[in-house]
Amino acid sequence: MRIADCGLSESQSGAQLLGAAGASILTWSAAAAEFDRPLLLTPRQDLLGWIGRRVGLALLQLVALTCVLSVLFIFIFIIKEALPFFTSGHVGEMFTSAKWYPTDPSRPVFGILAMVMGSVDVTVGALVIAVPVGLLAAVFLSDIVPFGMRQVVKPVIELLAAIPSVAYGFFAALVFAPWMQDNLGVDSGKNALNCSIILAIMAIPTIVSISEDALSAVGRDLREGAFALGATRAEALCTVIIPAAGRGIIAGVILGMMRAIGETMLVWMASGNANQVIHPWYDFTQSVRTMTATIAGEMGETAKNTTHYHALFAVGLVLLAITFGLNLVSEALMARGRRPAAAGRRKA
Amino acid sequence: MTRSKQVLILVVLAGTMAAGAAAADSKTIKMEGSTTVGPIADAYVEAFKKMHPDVTITVNKSGSGNGAAALVDNRCDIANLSRFMKDQEFKDAVAKGVMPVAHAIAMDGVCVVVHPSNPVGALTAAQVRDIYTGKVTNWKDLGGADMKIVVVSRDTSSGTYETFEQLVMAKQKMAAGVQYVASNPEAHAMVKSTAGAVAYVGLGFVDKDVKALKIDGVMPSRKTIAKGEYPVSRPLFMFTNGYPKLGSIIHALATFHLTPKGQDIIDAKGFVPVTEY
Repeated sequence: MRIADCGLSESQSGAQLLGAAGASILTWSAAAAEFDRPLLLTPRQDLLGWIGRRVGLALLQLVALTCVLSVLFIFIFIIKEALPFFTSGHVGEMFTSAKWYPTDPSRPVFGILAMVMGSVDVTVGALVIAVPVGLLAAVFLSDIVPFGMRQVVKPVIELLAAIPSVAYGFFAALVFAPWMQDNLGVDSGKNALNCSIILAIMAIPTIVSISEDALSAVGRDLREGAFALGATRAEALCTVIIPAAGRGIIAGVILGMMRAIGETMLVWMASGNANQVIHPWYDFTQSVRTMTATIAGEMGETAKNTTHYHALFAVGLVLLAITFGLNLVSEALMARGRRPAAAGRRKA
Repeated sequence: MTRSKQVLILVVLAGTMAAGAAAADSKTIKMEGSTTVGPIADAYVEAFKKMHPDVTITVNKSGSGNGAAALVDNRCDIANLSRFMKDQEFKDAVAKGVMPVAHAIAMDGVCVVVHPSNPVGALTAAQVRDIYTGKVTNWKDLGGADMKIVVVSRDTSSGTYETFEQLVMAKQKMAAGVQYVASNPEAHAMVKSTAGAVAYVGLGFVDKDVKALKIDGVMPSRKTIAKGEYPVSRPLFMFTNGYPKLGSIIHALATFHLTPKGQDIIDAKGFVPVTEY
């Protein structure tokens, strides 16, 4: 709607858009235009303008609708392809069995328990590393480091997010895994610990970036109030600033978590893909397999319309449900976190 | 205030490409079947593209069973099979007037490999099975050092897995702790860098960085595999309906393994040619 309004009062909204600096130039060009443009439009120009506005509006709506519809269609497609699995008689063992033998000729088994646990293991492992590191880095960037240095360091951290996951995977499988075998004495460097550490590095930029934004959005009044009450910087951070940015930080952590749980290439290359529940639960030097890696590894070679094929879609559906739930939680937290900050700014 | 109308937005819509029309049916040759033979067939097609640019050859990798069924139903010209045809398939074919003719194009030998530093040099097929079912978990039980066995398998959809599963596993399931890798080079890299690892790869992937084990006393080599002495090996087939008309494209495909170029391809894909030039 905003774009369409521009058509009615383009010089006004144009000036608003360009800001104070651009306004004088626009006024000048508008004044020059007065000489060769008639004040009143002919009916034809009027009609063309009306049509142009309608077409532009319709196109914009179409683009927006396409985005929404494609998400919807992905959901429908995955549910549709997963449905035959739910009627195949194997659905009972899906959440009760850790055995995954989809190609067994006599009796295939489709238990996804081990790979759900594998996804949870590497994600939790990654968060245990990424949350403290990311939070400390965010606090450091927002409250401690000089502004000039922050302007350099933050983009560099965010650059980590730009490295393709297959590059991380190469590093994890060909450099980090042999290193772990030689120096940590593990049997196989392709294990849950390897994945957790590399996933943590991949999740850190998200956590730092969003947490830092949340911390920076905490008003100056709160900081100065804390200092005025005699708090040291550490006390102000721990008791006032971090709690005030809490929702934003949690949203950042959830987004980082989604990055970790949805990651495919790295875990396929570096987790070892052993379909087992690690035992004891803290022994991360064992190899695990995630839901994403199973789909990526098996989908390409699976004969279409077999139970195995539909089972992979069912795994995808479980994964989608998990990430969708996490996304909803993070959206809700971000929306709630935004309101008090905006209200505070208006008051100031 | 001017009332001139301006173009506000430029939206570029990507046009969809019209699909190219398929080539004439008479010049299309269909190959269907095994995922193991598939890569050889793919490479054949690449070679044939240059020699016969007017012929379209399609390769479908849907499994040996589907390949045989397609030949029986006359849905393909060549069925790629990683096993011989089963009795029932033969009977069905003859009943429908299809006379399956087997062309053994190559031998597929799967080598069990370990790290070069591993003192274990020979195992029986039963011992290999025990490793993969999780019955044996330490090299010391097999005459090696006191070291945990890191068991590596190919992904369950690969042809190499299928061969190994049929010839070694004897219907037993692999243990949960078995690690999976997506390709022969990956399995090779894993064994090369891990002291306690064991994996299986095609003969073409055995080099000085990994050590191939004797199985049931037979060292895998081109000779022992081609002769059928090495136990983890099997012939690969192309089946045609009757012996193909001499000089036809189908005939050239089914006998391509006899040419130097065909042998190069089979070698490059990690299999063993049945003839030597």
